[in-house]
Amino acid sequence: MSAVKAIAVHVFRESVRDRVFYNLVLFAFFMISASYSVGLLSAGQEVKIIKDLGLGATSAFGLFIAVFLGIGLVSKEVERRSLYTILSKPVHRHEVVLGKYVGLVLTLAVNLAVMVVAVYGVLGYISVTESEEFKRGWEAPAVDPAMLTAFFLIFVQLMLVTVIALFFSTFSSSIVAAGLTFGLYIVGHFNAELRALQDVVDAPIAGFVATALSYVLPDLAAFDVSADVVHAQPVTVGYVLLTVAYAFVYIGALLVAAMAVFSRRDFT
Amino acid sequence: MHAVRLRELTKDFRVGFWRPRPRRAIDEVTLDVASGEILGYLGPNGSGKTTTMKLLMQLIYPTSGSAEILGRPVGDIDVRRRLGFLPESPYFYDNLTAQELLRYYARLFGYDRHEAERRADSLLDRVGIGDERRLHLRKYSKGMLQRVGIAQALVNDPEVVFLDEPMEGLDPLGRRDIRHLLLSLRDEGRTLFFSSHILSDAEAICSRVAILSHGRLIASGRLSELGLRVRGWELAVTGIAENQVSRLVPAADSIRYIADGRHVIELPAECTPEAVIATLVGSGARILSLNPHHETLEEFFVDQVTRQREQDGGRRASV
Repeated sequence: MSAVKAIAVHVFRESVRDRVFYNLVLFAFFMISASYSVGLLSAGQEVKIIKDLGLGATSAFGLFIAVFLGIGLVSKEVERRSLYTILSKPVHRHEVVLGKYVGLVLTLAVNLAVMVVAVYGVLGYISVTESEEFKRGWEAPAVDPAMLTAFFLIFVQLMLVTVIALFFSTFSSSIVAAGLTFGLYIVGHFNAELRALQDVVDAPIAGFVATALSYVLPDLAAFDVSADVVHAQPVTVGYVLLTVAYAFVYIGALLVAAMAVFSRRDFT
Repeated sequence: MHAVRLRELTKDFRVGFWRPRPRRAIDEVTLDVASGEILGYLGPNGSGKTTTMKLLMQLIYPTSGSAEILGRPVGDIDVRRRLGFLPESPYFYDNLTAQELLRYYARLFGYDRHEAERRADSLLDRVGIGDERRLHLRKYSKGMLQRVGIAQALVNDPEVVFLDEPMEGLDPLGRRDIRHLLLSLRDEGRTLFFSSHILSDAEAICSRVAILSHGRLIASGRLSELGLRVRGWELAVTGIAENQVSRLVPAADSIRYIADGRHVIELPAECTPEAVIATLVGSGARILSLNPHHETLEEFFVDQVTRQREQDGGRRASV
């Protein structure tokens, strides 16, 4: 396990040095300017909109980190041949995949933690500056702990997207892996529609294929509880646990597949 | 026990997208490398040297045959604790310093932080990387990167070191430094397996060479035993006028004036350079250098292949 730890720490350090965290500056700028604009344009809805924006931006910025670092974990290392020196050391190939995944999840966690603080910072500022009378019109407090559930599920979703990017990068080039990951991300958000297709189309085979695909492809919409949280609707612990269990099963399966592909691959 | 042992090692790659067909990159290579020797694995570009290195590091898997290092199969993790590897034109992480890079590689061997730091510093001293070790690797020259590459190959104090084109892209000073370093590694009792397409690299340091052409091992042994022909000599002299040189060395193929009283004399292969040198020195000339013009590896291969074909043709005719 010391090799996995060494690789994970290395991935985190490389990400930091690669100026990945610059996106946080962009995120903070986006949040502050968006809040200011919302404050000017919306009448009494700014907290809801800022929560929506904050969660959406966290998901979008996280997605870009997950995809672009995820695909770079293996395919870029193969293209640059930096992997050769690592694989000549006493390290199993599956440890390389695992170490890289853990390192990227660590990078994502730190990124997300800073984004959460930024969103809560903006909401906290509104909460302090608005009058008590105005606050009474809010469905939920500005600094609502329930938002942490939404942030947590975004993080789990990004862990899943990362493993998808990692899986594709074990057998394809960076560009192909990025395209496939973004494609799967989009399809993954329409999983429910895919499942419902058999009810609306009059072709049993197409309906069966769509249903089968919906079970194989990741259901990423399940991780989006932003609307519930923003509108003060409860998200049950059972739902969160089930969604996390689903993600971990999917992550585990894809990690095993990525390790298997990586272990058999010729690095020409 | 042999340090490295290849038995009919073969590697086919599939080429073509629509109708992939196998292309043989390594063809039944059988080779032994004794412990403590420096083996030069020679061949022109595309002959299969790097493919063999990759097979030995298990970066690719063989189609057939086997490879062993220190008596164990190449995939054995315990064997990798005892070997070092420098890939061809290595790329290291630009954003790390040499110190951080070496510590990282040392950690992959399971050394604790303190030991990793100690090994990194000691190896960087050895390869002549001074205060630059705290600079990011993107600021390094090709020669410095090659030294860092050799340092990472030694981080575990290996018994066998594999170096893929270690002299590639280096200036003469850099080549000399790397040559000295490799010889010092041999003096410490390590086995060195290094690939090159430059014959002079092998001449300077190898105890034995193996020559590869189109994936096949066409010759192995001491360079002197291979029958590489000397095509002529290049003698650099000073302190003597050009007309005097042409008078004293009538057998010279050519005499070129370089600068500052220096001349380069091209001598034919059949000429005895010792006699020419004695004549020139007797007339007050000073010898600057003498270099043999060897048959190039490419010429050697062409010669070997032609001979092989002639033998095959002769055999068929007699049947």
